[in-house]
Amino acid sequence: MNRLFLLLFIVANASAEQGFMPISGSEYLSEQVRDMQEDEFANPAMPTVDYGRSLFHKVNDEGHRCSGCHGENGNKLKLERIAAYPVYDREQERPITLQNQINICREERMDDFPYVYDCREMVGLETYMKFLARGQIIRVQTDGPMTPFYQAGKQLYHRRFGQMEMSCAHCHDQHRGAWLRGQVLNQGQSNGFPVYRLSTSRVTSLHRRFSECLFSFRAEPFLSGSDEYINLELFVNARGNGLSIETPAIRD
Amino acid sequence: MPNQMLLFVSCLGRIAVIMSVLLGGSSLACAESYIPWQVENHAIPAALGGLKGDPRRGRQIAIDRSKGNCLACHHLPVPEEEFHGTVGPPLEGVGLRLSAGQIRLRIVDEKQVNPMTIMPGFYRDPRYFDRVLDDYEGKTILTAQEVEDIVAYLLTLREVSE
Repeated sequence: MNRLFLLLFIVANASAEQGFMPISGSEYLSEQVRDMQEDEFANPAMPTVDYGRSLFHKVNDEGHRCSGCHGENGNKLKLERIAAYPVYDREQERPITLQNQINICREERMDDFPYVYDCREMVGLETYMKFLARGQIIRVQTDGPMTPFYQAGKQLYHRRFGQMEMSCAHCHDQHRGAWLRGQVLNQGQSNGFPVYRLSTSRVTSLHRRFSECLFSFRAEPFLSGSDEYINLELFVNARGNGLSIETPAIRD
Repeated sequence: MPNQMLLFVSCLGRIAVIMSVLLGGSSLACAESYIPWQVENHAIPAALGGLKGDPRRGRQIAIDRSKGNCLACHHLPVPEEEFHGTVGPPLEGVGLRLSAGQIRLRIVDEKQVNPMTIMPGFYRDPRYFDRVLDDYEGKTILTAQEVEDIVAYLLTLREVSE
């Protein structure tokens, strides 16, 4: 009888893994924190959104501004495309993130210098644009030319790093729902990024969060904007296909 | 003049070496050389380096977040600490369930028991680490003495709570 249960347990788990259901990190929050996230007056990341909004409308030395092409308050932006990043760039023959695209715009259309990846301005613009796309369903391409990059990201997700020899999958697949000391392990979904982190009181980009995890494994992080992190972002974002954007979310 | 400069620089160097030996005495103790261990019958029967563990010290190391940090994942009979983790099994009564050698193997390198485990190997060969931070290069998470202290502590846990 016990063996039958064991078998059923294994079968149930295997099928659960196959039909992976993405669950937003918000589902793991207390009701109080979730309310704070929804409330634009209480959400502590809103100053970052406002900062991004001001940059979006600011005229640079060459007389260009984002809103020149994308409309006042981004009303000409294709919001469903914001939910599709990283997207495949035919010219560069690689996936590019929203931050990469912002720099392409700055260099090619605004005659301006590119920003450093994950700098304050970048995170401000990214937070603002994703905030505009709140509620959009995430649809990231993983097939066709994206396949090798997606597979590379998947491999990173499962690679053991640092002195702790842990991988992303250990916490966010094997042990999600468990308590790691005072913190519930969630699925590690990226649909709320950039997020406001309660444990550091900072707005944190996805690549920055990757680095924070690697530091906790006592591992040398990769650089923000590195190929490794872009591939990992591709895998992690695609893993949340079907979720809706919640930027700026609040997380532990 | 260049000779005097050289002398000055070499003097500075010597002072730096002496200072680092004086100040860094404790950190030198941490970077003790790695002692290889042998698995026999799903256990490590021999104490690492033949050292003897102290259960009182072991309890402190188990709680310490920068050492064992056992409470991150396990429940332990440590009522003064809040929020015990639930990632691993509770360790109440582990001294009844497992022998010293079995406990030692699980602390030293749980991956020998379960290759998929999340649990770090607290005394694993540091050469295996991938992209380890410079500060931890060539170092095990715990020293051999600290491992033996935790083994001694866990062996005292012989009561299963309700």
